[in-house]
Amino acid sequence: MSEILRKLLDNGILQLGIWETVYMTFISAFFSYLVGLPLGVLICVTAKDGIRPIPWLNRILDVLVNIFRSIPFIILMVAVLPAAKLIVGTSLGNRAMIVTLVLAAIPYVARMAESSIKEVDKGVIEAAQSMGANEFSIITKVLIPEAKPALLVGAVISLVTILGYSAMAGTIGGGGLGMIAITYGYQRFNNEIVWICVALTIIIVQLIQEIGMHIARRTDKRTA
Amino acid sequence: MIELKNICKEFKTQKGSFTALRDVSLDINDGEIFGIIGLSGAGKSTLVRCINYLEKPTSGQVIIDGRELGALNKKELLKLRQNIGMIFQGFNLLEQRTVLKNICFPLEISGRSKADAQKRARELLELVGLSDKENAYPSQLSGGQKQRVAIARAMAPEPKYLLCDEATSALDPDTTRSILELMREINRKLGVTIVVITHEMKVIDTICDRVAVMDNSIVTEVGEVASVFAEPKSEIAKKLILPELKTVENITGGERIRLIYNGESSFTPLLSNIILSCGVPLNILHAETKDIYGKAYGEIILQLPEDSRSAARVKNYLNANNITYSVLEGGGKNVGNTSQAVG
Repeated sequence: MSEILRKLLDNGILQLGIWETVYMTFISAFFSYLVGLPLGVLICVTAKDGIRPIPWLNRILDVLVNIFRSIPFIILMVAVLPAAKLIVGTSLGNRAMIVTLVLAAIPYVARMAESSIKEVDKGVIEAAQSMGANEFSIITKVLIPEAKPALLVGAVISLVTILGYSAMAGTIGGGGLGMIAITYGYQRFNNEIVWICVALTIIIVQLIQEIGMHIARRTDKRTA
Repeated sequence: MIELKNICKEFKTQKGSFTALRDVSLDINDGEIFGIIGLSGAGKSTLVRCINYLEKPTSGQVIIDGRELGALNKKELLKLRQNIGMIFQGFNLLEQRTVLKNICFPLEISGRSKADAQKRARELLELVGLSDKENAYPSQLSGGQKQRVAIARAMAPEPKYLLCDEATSALDPDTTRSILELMREINRKLGVTIVVITHEMKVIDTICDRVAVMDNSIVTEVGEVASVFAEPKSEIAKKLILPELKTVENITGGERIRLIYNGESSFTPLLSNIILSCGVPLNILHAETKDIYGKAYGEIILQLPEDSRSAARVKNYLNANNITYSVLEGGGKNVGNTSQAVG
């Protein structure tokens, strides 16, 4: 075990890095879903074959999501730092990073939610309409509950993606395993640290993946 | 009462417009089971969706119990739909809800309390014979059981009307029969008016009082099932009703006629009488007994002798004895395609 590694462990820096990565990922995912899920639902509902077609709104949302999705995260991250400063008062540290992660993940989450909700059988929606359900009831009682297993699978994928983004945030002042790999590993020519961070990231991703998919499968009543 | 007045429906597609319904007018009386039969693409599914305005007609009026649907605002329309249940070929149950909660769904929408909804749902489960399945999920049920749940769900808000869009088309013959029996029971016990869309004559025979035949976006004929069966007038009705005579190509010889007799006349030995009184040999090409709304109807296709005098004697005998018959023409694979009714 190299000296740097022992120092990192003794000072609790590595442990803190793991914790920072996990909480940045989950908090960012939570806030991105708060905005991204309704956005995805709105895109679905206003689509041409949706339950309440509004072509102009659909078009605007679609283009906006595409624009944000096509900017590479590392650039978007730097670009939205002023917004982070406006929202949390600083452009440094984990709180600022969470804001950039949320802004970057919202369009991604919206697309995820949209594709999950699109999978809901049109016949079931028609049945609800035939019973006199209004749009709000169809969204809350049909679209979201019926898409729940697909939404959960999407959430697992989104979490892993956000975790990847959070590592990049390490380069501009965020914490977590990404920061440790870059600051203590890459910049000090210590490959051991880099590989340890890689291994830890793999373990976290595996845990999210396994637990998440297990929950998604348990929730799905189609394969009961 | 459901009144459809001059309904037209056009769909705009990228290639231009497509007419699904052309000037369709029908009256569906309270308490009856009304069938709409036609081949796929005839427009019957669009027509049934016009009844609850899932499809808004391009022109024409839908009037239910005196209220014109086009004049209602959205809230009134949604309220009115709670009075019109609907079931589908694909069942369309909520896959993530239990059977009981599926049946509660329309009641939740209309704002009934949970306890109240569950009580009503259990009554309906009893009606459709699935009380032991209330906690099952749709994926654990057979097709017939799913359709029973769908019927229970449609009946939960105590609708006056029930629309059935190819409700038995995905089911095997035995299951179809039991679902049709359930529909008839609902019609008789609860007085629900039922509109049945199907491409199968058997469904019409079994439960319908009256039938409309659709082809190519129009209604070609409407009438009591028994009379449409005895004397189909339009080409499409003949095609749907007349039996396919697969061996007909190989048969040469005289004219073929189709005789229909109902339960009362079947006591007289019809065929023996014809042969004895006319003194001619007859060839039976097809014979079948059908159950139309609980009444037995016989159908025989006979080939008359080639010489015209003997054939005329048989026809005279039938005319004199008031026996309904029609002459089938041509010798194609499907007699129904080329036949022409005269009697």
